[in-house]
Amino acid sequence: MYGRALAPLALGTAAASAVAFGLVFFYAPLDADQGFIQKIFYLHVPMAIVALLGFLAGGVMAAMHLRTRDRVWDMRSYVAIHLSIILGLGVLVTGSIWAKASWGHWWVWDEPMLVSFLIVFLLYAVYQPLRFSIDDPGRQARYASVFAIAGAAFTVLNFVAVRMAAAYTHPRVFSQTGGNMPADMFLTFLVSLGAMALLFATLWTLELASKNAAERLRRVRRRLEREAEHAEAGERLARPEPAPPIRPAAASR
Amino acid sequence: MVVDALAILRKDIRVELRAREAVPAMALFTVTAFVLFHFGFDRDRLDGDVAAGTLWVTLLLATVLGVNRLYAAEREQGGLEAMLLAPIDRTAIFLAKAAALLLYLVALELVAVPAFGLLLLGPDLVGSLPELGALLLVADIGLAATGALVGALAAETRARELIGPLLLLPLVVPLAIAGAQATEPLFTAPGVAENLGRWLGLMGLYATIFVLLSVALFDFLLED
Repeated sequence: MYGRALAPLALGTAAASAVAFGLVFFYAPLDADQGFIQKIFYLHVPMAIVALLGFLAGGVMAAMHLRTRDRVWDMRSYVAIHLSIILGLGVLVTGSIWAKASWGHWWVWDEPMLVSFLIVFLLYAVYQPLRFSIDDPGRQARYASVFAIAGAAFTVLNFVAVRMAAAYTHPRVFSQTGGNMPADMFLTFLVSLGAMALLFATLWTLELASKNAAERLRRVRRRLEREAEHAEAGERLARPEPAPPIRPAAASR
Repeated sequence: MVVDALAILRKDIRVELRAREAVPAMALFTVTAFVLFHFGFDRDRLDGDVAAGTLWVTLLLATVLGVNRLYAAEREQGGLEAMLLAPIDRTAIFLAKAAALLLYLVALELVAVPAFGLLLLGPDLVGSLPELGALLLVADIGLAATGALVGALAAETRARELIGPLLLLPLVVPLAIAGAQATEPLFTAPGVAENLGRWLGLMGLYATIFVLLSVALFDFLLED
């Protein structure tokens, strides 16, 4: 059911990534202040945007699960959040590298996007421990969905709070990445963002396809085992087993 | 629904008054934490941002203790099953638990804030009490909603003592931001508030969102 979309998605991702790489290295101009390291922007920011949208999408899918009671939506939400956590780690690492290169520190507290991202990442880091410490599958799906919805709402609220704190304690405007970007940089950024979004969609589809296939395989295997048992039982009925040997009585009794 | 919630709340308060489990533990925790901060910072008196941060972080950490105990009796003695068997709206259970946590927090702060003023705070506390009280009250409403939801989420997991705090602490970061930012000027010069309305507004937004979310989502946690 997910397998059919996989091939075009994968091809699209490969093509978009190749174009994005080409644009980043041969088309986008070198940043006047930051030089070559600024190119990490085309990896860091798309990754952050896609990861955040992944968390939000996970929340929406979780809401669909609670509304429709269809476990498929929980699986979709789980895979989206799981991928976003992996991307989130990438965001923190690339952000850290960028901070070291342009500000001289591995971590800076006055970049509200990065700080908010850390907080959101710390929250979602508990998603999997929560999910897998609940045994009952139905309850696991419901609890994970409640977490995903609350987490998505929190993500938005948290950005507001951190931005407000930064606005009051560090009264300066961060327009390093937004707004007034030259057109060639902006185009490169958009293509990189598209490539990252396609990569996310491909991985999401791939993981769902594999989970789906594993589930179907398990079902088929269970049915075969049951049929084999039935056949064995039928054979036994037709040809009664020899009576079990009479055991000698236990010595101690 | 309100009547049912009040009945459950009365039960929780009675249990707390007789067993004295949560609030004394939380209060003891905060006072001990203040002693630790005294030695940790090696300072006799704190003021400004350090004082605001110490007070808010200690209170938020103490909340974790309260949340851990909030569902303990229901889980250990099967109270939740009994409540689910009763013909009451599940939202009533959430409202009662959130209200109980709110009362715990207010009771805790009645002890912890004066203790902080006595033990650590440099500037005079009395002058900034109205503003601080308003901040704490709005923060407590948000904390009560978040705590009651997180407590219920964690209560059914295998590692609940770990999952609860790990889940609650990132969720209360906005309250720590607003609380510390709004309290910092109060602890620098008593009674002088800056941007108080804005930070109260953020806390109010937090409380509104988490109350609504928890009311909407709590039912799904108690389905079986």
